[in-house]
Amino acid sequence: MSILVDKNTRLIVQGITGNEGLFHTTQMVAYGTKVVGGVTPGKGGEWVLDGKLPVFDSVKLAKDATDANATIIFVPARFAPDAMFEAADAGIPLIICITEGVAVQDMMRVRNYLDQKKVRLIGPNCPGLLTPGEAKIGIIPGNIAIPGNVGVVSRSGTLTYEVLYAMKNLKMGASTCVGIGGDPVNGTNFLDVLEMFEHDPKTEKVIMIGEIGGNEEEKAAEYIASKMTKPVASFIAGQTAPPGKRMGHAGAIIEGGAGSAADKIRALEAAGVKVAKHPEEIPTLLK
Amino acid sequence: MKLHEYQSKTIFSKYGIPIPKGRVAATAQEARQVAEELGGRVVIKAQVLVGGRGKAGGVKLAKDSAEAEQLATQILAMEIKGLPVRKVLVDEASAIDQEIYFAITNDRAVRKPVMIASSSGGVDIEEVAAKTPEKIVKVHIDPLLGLREYLARDVAASIDLPREYWKDFIKVAMGLWQVYKETDATLAEINPLVITKDRKMIALDGKMMIDDNALFRQPELNEMRDTDEDAPAEIEARKYGLSFIKLDGDIGCMVNGAGLAMTSMDVIKLFGGEPANFLDVGGGAGAEKVSAAMRIILTDPNVKAVLFNIFGGITRCDEVARGILVAMDEVKPKIPMVVRLVGTNAEEGRKLLENAKMITAETLADAAKKAVQAAKKGK
Repeated sequence: MSILVDKNTRLIVQGITGNEGLFHTTQMVAYGTKVVGGVTPGKGGEWVLDGKLPVFDSVKLAKDATDANATIIFVPARFAPDAMFEAADAGIPLIICITEGVAVQDMMRVRNYLDQKKVRLIGPNCPGLLTPGEAKIGIIPGNIAIPGNVGVVSRSGTLTYEVLYAMKNLKMGASTCVGIGGDPVNGTNFLDVLEMFEHDPKTEKVIMIGEIGGNEEEKAAEYIASKMTKPVASFIAGQTAPPGKRMGHAGAIIEGGAGSAADKIRALEAAGVKVAKHPEEIPTLLK
Repeated sequence: MKLHEYQSKTIFSKYGIPIPKGRVAATAQEARQVAEELGGRVVIKAQVLVGGRGKAGGVKLAKDSAEAEQLATQILAMEIKGLPVRKVLVDEASAIDQEIYFAITNDRAVRKPVMIASSSGGVDIEEVAAKTPEKIVKVHIDPLLGLREYLARDVAASIDLPREYWKDFIKVAMGLWQVYKETDATLAEINPLVITKDRKMIALDGKMMIDDNALFRQPELNEMRDTDEDAPAEIEARKYGLSFIKLDGDIGCMVNGAGLAMTSMDVIKLFGGEPANFLDVGGGAGAEKVSAAMRIILTDPNVKAVLFNIFGGITRCDEVARGILVAMDEVKPKIPMVVRLVGTNAEEGRKLLENAKMITAETLADAAKKAVQAAKKGK
């Protein structure tokens, strides 16, 4: 058991013929992920990876031919919203968008549309999913994590790698690692993933890696305090970041001053979460 | 990206939102001329990209064109929160009856645009929001549906706007929604939106912020960018698609990923050092970007040591190593460099750097400690 992705997940890759798409498809296949095809409009009928994977012109065609149940998006930011709409319309229930730099108004439209369709989106601007020993959907280097019972959820990409790597060095394994992405509007939040980990029999402990901005860590703290039975350790990045130059009052009115690292750490500690001083210390807090 | 008041209001006007008559001026003589055209009584407003300019003395009322010239001279010589005033907006003075606050922005927690309105608009709106939150009305907009008139009417009713102004308000709200949507704004704010003594509704002040990720489809707005508040290194960094913020410390940082970049700063500080910058080379950074990043870091004379912390995922460590070598060859830096490569193609990367005389580190804590030591020695 694991969450979101396992060895039976049938994955297609949107943007499979691009530089990043091809590189990471190769890595995912090598890791054992069941990649069943890819999409690049205009290149339908071609084959990649030495003729092993078919390329289709659209997500719909790819889904009809391969019965895919997940898609990963590697297309440039200006085309990513369209790719997400297309995947949702084709009936793919799980979308992982790696692309960084998607415009926020596009993301609000995408998120609201996907919610109506009951489609789960991970990202954008995220490293994707890794269930060690089974499958990975994304760009997390496979060799930095080993299978285990710790669920990892993070807003950051490379910072997640740090933590997985530190865990491995302590022989601590992960059930599933979920990179939810750092954009202001994304598909899946801490709360969603914490709920999944709480209900996943394979996950016994959880690591949550947050950062400054927004109030998702505070919401997660409320959930941890009220509902969660499994122990959680955390790290919040940006404790020394200078306050952003701000203009206009709307941001302050909406967020009401929340979002600093100190606020988040306080909320998490009050919920019984152990908060690390640096990322390599996190796994030791769960020993 | 922030827009100036005069730029924001010009955009508002294009979308049917009434603004005061006026024009921007770069010299006091120009300001006088505008004042003459407007009939004498004008407001001179400093155009700087920071809040609180009114309280800093950057907004003054002139009773005639001679005073307008005199005040413009004063204001154009000012610096507000470290930013030089290079332009003033000369607007006809309005007789104000009521000040309203009205803005459309992103509510990230709800993932929808939100209208924020209050009948207690003006300079103290944040205090109003903090002390009397019931005076602030927030109404979310479905991004797929857009703003519908009934929602704008709901807002007008909830801030107790007299019925005679509902039509005007709806026009402003619909206009501001179009502005927000079509310019990819993250903020479109009118504060105050005034009702004048002669019963007109006018956007007296305007602020806008544009989503940097959407500038590819906003070429006209991109040209409006005022780079005054950015350090030259930040402008240079933007050219290469690097995210860079200059800080006051002495340890230059080059990291991939914003979260890890912030964390590297945190860890440097934890071990007694001070970061000289935040620099995220981004995902998939190639050699060209990396060498640009290194040049930018090394132009800061305060930098006594550099920490490279690269955890490869989409970024490949061998590409980064190549960039470092190119930059070392160009810049020939004399300060110590601590490098840590982990993840995708890290082995290849480390091999490339074997002969580059860099200090290597295994863990982030180890790398930070070594960088802090190296910077202390360099003092």
